[in-house]
Amino acid sequence: MIFGIPVYPGSNCDKDIGWIIEEVIHEKAKYLWHEDSNLNDIDCIIIPGGFSYGDYLRTGAMAKLSPISEAIYDFAEKGGLVMGICNGFQILLEMGLLPGAMLPNKNLSFICKFVHLKIENNSTPFSNLYEKEEVIYIPIAHAEGNYTCDRETLKEIEENNQVIVRYCSPEGIIDEKFNPNGSVNNIAGICNKKGNVFGLMPHPERASENILGSTNGLTMFKSILEIATGKA
Amino acid sequence: MATYNVKVFISYRKGILDPQGVAVEKAAYSLGFNKVKEVRVGKYITMKIEAEREEEIKKEIEEMAKKFLVNPVIEEYSYKIEVAK
Repeated sequence: MIFGIPVYPGSNCDKDIGWIIEEVIHEKAKYLWHEDSNLNDIDCIIIPGGFSYGDYLRTGAMAKLSPISEAIYDFAEKGGLVMGICNGFQILLEMGLLPGAMLPNKNLSFICKFVHLKIENNSTPFSNLYEKEEVIYIPIAHAEGNYTCDRETLKEIEENNQVIVRYCSPEGIIDEKFNPNGSVNNIAGICNKKGNVFGLMPHPERASENILGSTNGLTMFKSILEIATGKA
Repeated sequence: MATYNVKVFISYRKGILDPQGVAVEKAAYSLGFNKVKEVRVGKYITMKIEAEREEEIKKEIEEMAKKFLVNPVIEEYSYKIEVAK
């Protein structure tokens, strides 16, 4: 399986994802410069975190104009698997592949810490190897992760089970107390209606080896492998 | 062809919590500016555009706003056009 990792000026988690793909799940990683537009042999796109274009104008706003983003848009529209992590999630929102938008964290701070997440939907290509309602432990690192959308959109994504992960307590209780950034309904990650595009603020690639303190994130990469090849 | 000065003002839509606005308002209070209300922090973008008529400029700005300058999920905008001296 070949994972395509777009690299924008300012991306800084591309190599971390490449490491997990190549050294941990032993698949192929192909780095795609933002000026590229050829996704011919790619099976799944993972848009990395970082600060594409210095977060100028809005997070992800400039990145959506890159040639690679246009190619990713077409790839996703045709049903290709696309996952966006942190800034990757912000880019997917700006591209319009996922509904809603990001605001600065409620407390205005850059928050870098491990959080607990509840798996709300385990029937997507990105979450199929998790148990339903499983609580996982994965770090966040962002200043703009305060997810928002209008009421109608919120109703729609909740009803369609598009919320994949929510911030929660270690026991799985979903409450404002365990919401690190002010996101509406404690939302940490959502997918599109078709389920082939997924964005989340937490960093699964930073929780995919024992040395990193958690391997809960690895299941996300393995879920993709399972759906694409059946060999996870 | 005339050169126009364009000023674009972008802020969060009404009903969207603006954490920076809240922080600035609290700071104003703490300094004794007690009459201050509803502080919003936004962006101010200036540019020059060449065109025959003002109508063309409007079209151009609105197109830019739609394509990338403004995110309508959270932001609203207004603009001013002046003929450059």
